[in-house]
Amino acid sequence: MADKTSSARRERKLQPGPLATPVAGAPKLDRLIHERLRLGILSALSVNESLTFNELKKMLDTTDGNLSVHARKLEEAGYVGCTKSFEGRVPRTDYRLTAAGKRALERYLDHMEALIRAMREK
Amino acid sequence: MIQEVASIRPIRPAAPEPMELHAHALDSLTYIRRTMERAGSFTAVPGVGGVLMGATAMAAAWIAASQPGTARWFAVWLGEAVLALLIGMVAAARKSAHFRVPLFSAPGRKFVAAFLPSMCAGALLTAVLFEEGVIRVLPGVWLLLYGAGVMAAGAASVRVVPLMGACFMATGAAALFAPPAWQNGLLAAGFGGLHILFGVIISVKYGG
Repeated sequence: MADKTSSARRERKLQPGPLATPVAGAPKLDRLIHERLRLGILSALSVNESLTFNELKKMLDTTDGNLSVHARKLEEAGYVGCTKSFEGRVPRTDYRLTAAGKRALERYLDHMEALIRAMREK
Repeated sequence: MIQEVASIRPIRPAAPEPMELHAHALDSLTYIRRTMERAGSFTAVPGVGGVLMGATAMAAAWIAASQPGTARWFAVWLGEAVLALLIGMVAAARKSAHFRVPLFSAPGRKFVAAFLPSMCAGALLTAVLFEEGVIRVLPGVWLLLYGAGVMAAGAASVRVVPLMGACFMATGAAALFAPPAWQNGLLAAGFGGLHILFGVIISVKYGG
């Protein structure tokens, strides 16, 4: 439970953290997707055409509030698209990865791999 | 004096040592990979590879149709099966590498485990039926069992994969009851047409 509610706190802790250290040849770290839950949302969407809010919530084992806050941030950045509809009387929210989101995730993966390579070369 | 009353300890525990840079990066990569695997529907089924397999099957159908005897017709399709297998394996490996997901991750292993039994049954039936000279039913058996394998394996993949399997099975069923003159055309429609059609869909919707 504590893990689900403290992601914003962890994010703040990470702001000036060790990953801010630049590594030669590595692309700039996208802090927006560095947060664990947002990274999870992008990863899950990258292998699915679209996922509903409830599917994401179950998959990432998080709360409604946490997921909606982080999904909103990704939506505002243009990394995920969101479609709201009704299934009978039940509201349904579908998320999908945008081209910008896909590129951002690929850049992040490149960055992480560059960090690992740089450390191994030292 | 104070020590006699109570031991003194900080209220807040000391902050843990910051995680090393490469350990953090490794942890992030592991998390991404696990999330992708848990998301479950990653398909290593290659779209572009499917199109290529379809194209070679079309060519095989054209070559096989002009062969003088059943043995040579059979040899052409056997060669095509080996070629398609190679294309499929290379394309799946390339796609997995592109998405940075191990080919034999949990969904990949499930896919292979569900796909193999039908393929083994198909290989055995092919050997027996060819030996017995029952060539006419071979296209139907190939399409039906390939479709069954894809459909079963597709349960661990994206929705379009089991649909592709069902289409192969329908084509196979049609081939089993179709006249001999139609067999080559149905093989071209199945291994050629369906691979190209679904290859394009997978490539456009799921990448690779």
